[in-house]
Amino acid sequence: MNVAESFRDPALCKGLLERLHAELEQPLRFMEVCGTHTVAIFQSGLRPLLPEGITHLSGPGCPVCVTHESEVAAFLDLAGRDGVILATFGDLMRVPGPKGRNLKLAQAQGARIEIVYSPVDAIQLAVSHPNDTVVFLGVGFETTAPTVAGTVMMAKQQGLANFKVLSFHKLVPPALKVLLDDPECAIDSFLLPGHVSTILGMEPYQFVAEQYKTPGVITGFDPVDILESLLIMVEQRKRQDYRIVNQYRRAVSDTGNARAREVMFSVFETSDALWRGVGRIPGSGLVFREAYAEFDALQTLDIAVQETPPTPGCKCGEVLKGKMQPGDCPLFGKGCTPAKPVGPCMVSTEGSCAAYYKYSV
Amino acid sequence: MSKSSLSEQTLLLDHGSGGQASNRLIGNLFFKYFDNPILNAMNDAARLELTGPLSMSTDSYTVDPIFFPGGDIGTLAVHGTVNDVSMMGARPRYLSCGFILEEGLPMETLERIVASMAHAAEEAGVTIVTGDTKVVPRGAVDKVFINTTGIGEIFADPAPAGNMARPGDAVLVSGTMGDHGLTVLSGREGLNFSTDIKSDSAPLNHMVEALITRIGDIHVLRDPTRGGLATTLNEIAGQSGVVVNLQENAVPVRESVRNGCSFLGLDPLYLANEGKLICILPQEKAAAALELMRSMPYGEEAVQVGTVRDGAAGPGKAGQVVLETPLGGHRLLSMLEGEQLPRIC
Repeated sequence: MNVAESFRDPALCKGLLERLHAELEQPLRFMEVCGTHTVAIFQSGLRPLLPEGITHLSGPGCPVCVTHESEVAAFLDLAGRDGVILATFGDLMRVPGPKGRNLKLAQAQGARIEIVYSPVDAIQLAVSHPNDTVVFLGVGFETTAPTVAGTVMMAKQQGLANFKVLSFHKLVPPALKVLLDDPECAIDSFLLPGHVSTILGMEPYQFVAEQYKTPGVITGFDPVDILESLLIMVEQRKRQDYRIVNQYRRAVSDTGNARAREVMFSVFETSDALWRGVGRIPGSGLVFREAYAEFDALQTLDIAVQETPPTPGCKCGEVLKGKMQPGDCPLFGKGCTPAKPVGPCMVSTEGSCAAYYKYSV
Repeated sequence: MSKSSLSEQTLLLDHGSGGQASNRLIGNLFFKYFDNPILNAMNDAARLELTGPLSMSTDSYTVDPIFFPGGDIGTLAVHGTVNDVSMMGARPRYLSCGFILEEGLPMETLERIVASMAHAAEEAGVTIVTGDTKVVPRGAVDKVFINTTGIGEIFADPAPAGNMARPGDAVLVSGTMGDHGLTVLSGREGLNFSTDIKSDSAPLNHMVEALITRIGDIHVLRDPTRGGLATTLNEIAGQSGVVVNLQENAVPVRESVRNGCSFLGLDPLYLANEGKLICILPQEKAAAALELMRSMPYGEEAVQVGTVRDGAAGPGKAGQVVLETPLGGHRLLSMLEGEQLPRIC
């Protein structure tokens, strides 16, 4: 068994599950705020094996899910313009904007859209299409934003005038604060995101433990990781000793990646941002600093982001805050399916409702 | 590849005009490689000798890139249709072949494709008996599209079918899953993702014939092409009104494919295969069937991946595929909405 496989070892998982059953004295309602965790928990089949007293909640952990309708409207506005090529990560293609329109439909109707695996590919696209404006759709959390910032720096060095970024990046810690500030919040512990934390480290989460007396465990994506983190939460709550713990040491440094943060904050600065299903969250977005304004699609291409009201009947806000399980939403599986998603949780494959729909037997 | 047999280097609209340029293309290229008396008769249609119930299937092939490790659009166009015809418990006999070609295609590229089709047809033991060539203006197609229709004689009685899976049956696959899908994805322009994987493009008709004649009582045969193992098993579960139980750790996936999928956010169970089959038959015949498959080309890694059961017994309901994870948990393995898209973090 290699190292990677050992984190999926059924025997080890069985032992951890037995310990979890034995140690659990009070109910635990934990929330993961990373779509990869959502999928990992469902894919591994871990969910039905957890003790009855443990409730798994899926938070606003997928950057595609929390991309606001009004932001999708801005993508679609750009997609319809002459001389514009959009460069995007693939899973934005199906995200519905106003009236259910999405980039897939725009592409079928003639918009030039290229799926890229890295923002650097968008630079190549700009170089090879000097007469067009290439706009990279900047969606993602702290994991993605530094790479986009680095790409903007490259574009500046190369003097690439036809490369722009539409920055709708979002930051995770302010969203945790919104969840914790909600008086109806019913979250006991956070399974903190592994990828985002490679950049952030532990410090930005300390307020969760200190101010809100809530355990937070930075966790890897294999079943052994998740089970170990649940045990840590259970033990912390038993001792009433709340801390941020880094369980994912094999990938996450306690201090994160200072260089990546420096790159990110030399190109961008924080601002308010719109989260689908949640609303406006102060300090949770990234906008261009003045020194890089020439690459800002919002300013240079005259894009107006107009806040659209939430879809009537959609309970995603409740689901994202842990107040409602996906199956309890009246639209789940009826008016809202992965083929025709109404709300953000059903949009991406990593959304909580989509995962429920796809994996629950 | 030898130097092109045609004096022309580039395909022109003239080559699809039905005039002399067309005749040169047909004579110097298609007749040269597909050479057989039925085609060579040059009639408006092919005269075929067939008996008994027939199996017929058609498929159009569009793939980017057209050449990839382990195969090309030509091998796919032969193997894909040969395999579909075979899965009915049939001996594929004849193929038709329609080309839609983009003006400006290098003649050498076309010759490479035609040569590999001829080689694939020879290995499968099928004859390409009729064809058509159209050349369309630049941009109207992407280099080359190929349609093949296959026809074969059904010799299995009863013939395997998607609605014949029964509770108690074993579910076998003939080898690793996802090789073709990931190969094509990683070969696609703009995705600089190098691995040692290659497409599994292969004819399965000889394996089908051996399974039916030497093992018998084969309930279902399907090749899990687009949509992969997960989609095909869902179709079978739906057609047969049963639950298919899949053991996740039994499904063979190459380490390189698993790693590539993990990197790209893809699931190998949904990736296309072009040289693999699913065989569903009574459990007591599974061991003999596996031994036979493993003794044949393209079946060395054959393995049982699951079982068929009644909707009432255990998790899931009729028409669903339930995946048992290595931890002993279970989850639904559903059909995808559309193509898999790489994800963001």
